Amino acid sequence: MTTAMTTSPQSATLARREAVATLLSRRSNLLVVTGLGSPSYDLHAAGDRDDNYYLWGAMGGAALVALGLAQAQPAKTVMALTGDGEALMGLGGLASIAIAKPLNLVVVVIDNQHFGETGMQASHTGLGIDLAAIAAAAGFAEARTLWTMEEVGKLAETLNAPAQGPRLYVIKVEPNNPPRSLPPRDAVHVKNRLRAHLGFPVR
Amino acid sequence: MQSAQAEKTDSQASESWPRQIYEALKAADVRHMAYVPDAGHSQLIKLFHGDEDVVTNVLTTEEEGIAIAAGAWLGGQRSVLLMQSSGVGNCINMLSLPVQGRFPLLMLVTMRGEWAEFNPWQVPMSKATQPSLEAIGLRVFRAETPEDLVDTVTAAAAFAYEGDQQVAVLIGQRLLGKKKW
Repeated sequence: MTTAMTTSPQSATLARREAVATLLSRRSNLLVVTGLGSPSYDLHAAGDRDDNYYLWGAMGGAALVALGLAQAQPAKTVMALTGDGEALMGLGGLASIAIAKPLNLVVVVIDNQHFGETGMQASHTGLGIDLAAIAAAAGFAEARTLWTMEEVGKLAETLNAPAQGPRLYVIKVEPNNPPRSLPPRDAVHVKNRLRAHLGFPVR
Repeated sequence: MQSAQAEKTDSQASESWPRQIYEALKAADVRHMAYVPDAGHSQLIKLFHGDEDVVTNVLTTEEEGIAIAAGAWLGGQRSVLLMQSSGVGNCINMLSLPVQGRFPLLMLVTMRGEWAEFNPWQVPMSKATQPSLEAIGLRVFRAETPEDLVDTVTAAAAFAYEGDQQVAVLIGQRLLGKKKW
């Protein structure tokens, strides 16, 4: 008989939409790139804006799109808002981000410990994989797991604070799928909208 | 005498192509680079590392560079991605992003598995490199001589960054020379 990996020490009680709305309640000078699926819906539900970029595919890429954007826009704070499944697919990317040492990049993992888009199969994070510990071991300047709205509210106040390097926060949320809030799927339109927001002409 | 001189010129051309590519990319205002190393790219990687005006990223897998390049373009910068042909297979789904978003993309791919190759494990992905890139929607150029390579990179850079195209330049293994084992 094999030994099951330890499950989470506590159960998640946060509602993902409220958590994301609270996280972005003090939003300023912040560009947000989302991973496909629920994080894209969560950001859209918090308000569709020119400084959002939503992925609808390219799984594993959200934090790395955010890295490229952060390197090109050092005066802005850039957030990758993604889920546990997408973050797990891009684990190597956490190593590349850690050594790139961007001061203006925040990775936020909305972690429901399941693959929510495909039938709520359990993901690795519910079976013991600790993404914050992995990021800390990789050398992120800050890496923590948040369980309460109070912690999320405090994080919202510090997103633009000076940092020593990349940061990663795991926000544990309930495993459910709120009604979908669908962002535009036209990747060219959303790209041009964000670039226009940054002052680049659409050509 | 004349043939010795011609030989010397040829050898200079074959040694200077990485610098010429570097200069072509600088002229195209490339200020961002990501790579998984390959012996064939080693000089170009050194040149970029030594340039404080260029941000460089070493990757754990090539697909990371596709996403990083898209992010750099969102933020107004031109990025180039260097890899070996074996790495192309790692990139295919991630290429949905530049193809669907019409992001400029320039990949320089050194070929293995096609010319005096010692390692047969390089051959399957070598055969699949161009067809798989074309299947996902990239335009593929090939170069077999140093002169042709510099011209091709210059044209591909314009095609990508000015024309919003997704382009891979395949650098023939014959040009790179036989790997010493």
